[in-house]
Amino acid sequence: MLEIRGLHAGINGQEILRGIDLVVPQGEVHAIMGPNGSGKSTLSYILAGREGYEVSAGEILFDGRDVLVMTPEERAVAGLFLAFQYPVELPGVGNANFLRTALNALRRARGETELDAVQFLKRARAALKALMMPDDMLKRNVNVGFSGGEKKRNEVLQMAILRPRFAILDETDSGLDIDALKIVAEGVNALRGPDFSALVITHYQRLLDHIVPDRVHVLAAGRIVRSGGPELARALEESGYAGIAAEAA
Amino acid sequence: MSAVTETRDTVQAATQSGYKWGFETAIEMDIAPKGLNEDTIRLISARKQEPAWLLEWRLKAFAAWRETTEPHWARVTHPPIDYQDIHYYAAPKPKPGPKSLAEVDPELLRTYEKLGIPLKERAILAGVEGAGTEQNVAIDAVFDSVSVATTFRETLAKAGVIFCPISEAVREHPELVRKYLGSVVPAGDNFFAALNSAVFTDGSFVFVPKGVRCPMELSTYFRINARNTGQFERTLIIAEEGTYVSYLEGCTAPQRDENQLHAAVVELVAFDDARIKYSTVQNWYPGNADGKGGIYNFVTKRGACRGARSKISWTQVETGSAITWKYPSCILQGEGSVGEFYSVAVTNNHQQADTGTKMIHIGANTRSTIISKGISAGHSNNTYRGLVRMMPKAAGARNYTQCDSLLIGDQCGAHTVPYIESRNPTARVEHEATTSKIAEDQLFYCRSRGLSQEDAVNLIVNGFCKDVLKELPMEFAVEAQKLLAVSLEGSVG
Repeated sequence: MLEIRGLHAGINGQEILRGIDLVVPQGEVHAIMGPNGSGKSTLSYILAGREGYEVSAGEILFDGRDVLVMTPEERAVAGLFLAFQYPVELPGVGNANFLRTALNALRRARGETELDAVQFLKRARAALKALMMPDDMLKRNVNVGFSGGEKKRNEVLQMAILRPRFAILDETDSGLDIDALKIVAEGVNALRGPDFSALVITHYQRLLDHIVPDRVHVLAAGRIVRSGGPELARALEESGYAGIAAEAA
Repeated sequence: MSAVTETRDTVQAATQSGYKWGFETAIEMDIAPKGLNEDTIRLISARKQEPAWLLEWRLKAFAAWRETTEPHWARVTHPPIDYQDIHYYAAPKPKPGPKSLAEVDPELLRTYEKLGIPLKERAILAGVEGAGTEQNVAIDAVFDSVSVATTFRETLAKAGVIFCPISEAVREHPELVRKYLGSVVPAGDNFFAALNSAVFTDGSFVFVPKGVRCPMELSTYFRINARNTGQFERTLIIAEEGTYVSYLEGCTAPQRDENQLHAAVVELVAFDDARIKYSTVQNWYPGNADGKGGIYNFVTKRGACRGARSKISWTQVETGSAITWKYPSCILQGEGSVGEFYSVAVTNNHQQADTGTKMIHIGANTRSTIISKGISAGHSNNTYRGLVRMMPKAAGARNYTQCDSLLIGDQCGAHTVPYIESRNPTARVEHEATTSKIAEDQLFYCRSRGLSQEDAVNLIVNGFCKDVLKELPMEFAVEAQKLLAVSLEGSVG
């Protein structure tokens, strides 16, 4: 479903990703772990289509389609979703209005009928309940005045309402206490199934106790230096990244 | 190319095709010769069959105008205006002031239909969520120099409310007009007000008698059609004790290469416990992408809160005009009276806006609130200019001012010029101001959720303006949102 082949990319003339090869088959959840500065967030932004990055070589295919030529909104229509590491504040824009506008833009582009206010609220309330979030989350302005943890939970709420086919979670666990971490993990697990895949980017193993990945990849200095099953995450937690980073150098 | 660069470029590329009201109506007109002198004023007065006192009043205003000079303190620039090269009277033939809708020229009715202002006495849905209530809006349609139709007059008359063209009020209710005309904005108040007082042609007159809550929204729709014509309308609203009235004005003009002058005067008077809500959706032709053409909108609007606990609320959405120069103000004389000013001003391409308000606190415990949202795109300049004055007797008076500016691109300007004068130690004045840009990461965030760049800009701009838009009557809030989108059209190709 998602294939990254020989991806070299950077920003401001500095190469950050130095040949990434990664395949996430449909229905699988893969984790990417790695030290700070290894290129984890660069990879997530390039997947979502943020401008300013230069791709010098390689390709990204989603369902066989060339992702790199698509605009961010076209990627969203195709089913990609990025849960931001640093969610952005939109003053004066209500969460419900934002999500309904986004959901209906996606549905319109896919040739589906748009949801009216009542249908949307039904869907949104169900998602809130599953994530144990209060209803007033919908009334508040997008991420404005949210605590760090609330912002991360709001990303997962958006994901639950927009129902992407492929989610990239960029350090969604950072800033969450253990209870919030479990709720977020349950939100992701609830979407798991044959039609949902995810790339879970994290610095710490603890999230992977709750979202058990099919595969774990270690990113160091812009390359995937080790891949394995869920046990690799635990091994890393014990031995640290230092040894692996040295191997890659 | 970065998203913001792209937004800027596409905004800049927006041409006059974005202005959907730029057509011209072919209609036979009665036009006065160009130029301004006493004869012009006599001609206007005669055409309107005015009493002698009003002609005298106009001539005095003209004399005052000749002794004042065009103000140049605003942050706007324009070539000199030749006041002798303008027609000061233009009216559709055959006869102004038809008695009923059936007598209105069908060509005019079609014009208003095309503008989305059907001059029919039919109920329109208020659009109130779930309430399912129907509400009527009475409309006065002013075409160039004259009012061509006013709807729902009989319904209003039953409630005791007078809503008619001011030229008709001069004939039918001369005692009221004579008492209040110029009582808030004196004939010689400023250069443009003096000009208006000398040559005003039509506008709306509203009188709400003691204790009456006006049963429907009142609205005037101004249309400039004739070439080389100035529009000088005069609006007078009087709300007696314990009344409520909500009034809205809208305006459009054809696309033309030359600039046209619009110099209106609006006067509001509120007595004890009266509330006047005055909303404006200003959409005069703004000129093309290179700054050619467009309306010069030089307007004096002032409300007098004469009675205790009276309240005047100005809400304006200013998207049109090449130049906007207007400062809807409140004179807070009555004890505990309240003045409000909510404004959204959008400038794009080469538009210039210098707008704001004046809150003059005279009485004790008077309060005022100013919320101003300026949005600049293209090569435009947007200035908030506001005065808050606390007079010696304004004990316990309070003002809160918030001015926010949003910039789209890096060729435009936003300026905030607050004047604060306090002569009473117990009065409190608060002022907050922010300037922000639509950030690249906000656009990317919205787009990554599936919104197009254009929808993302609209969402962010509407969020920025929310505190003002929610003050508009429900029927017009949606219209205003669409207008904002059109004004910034081209943020995506």
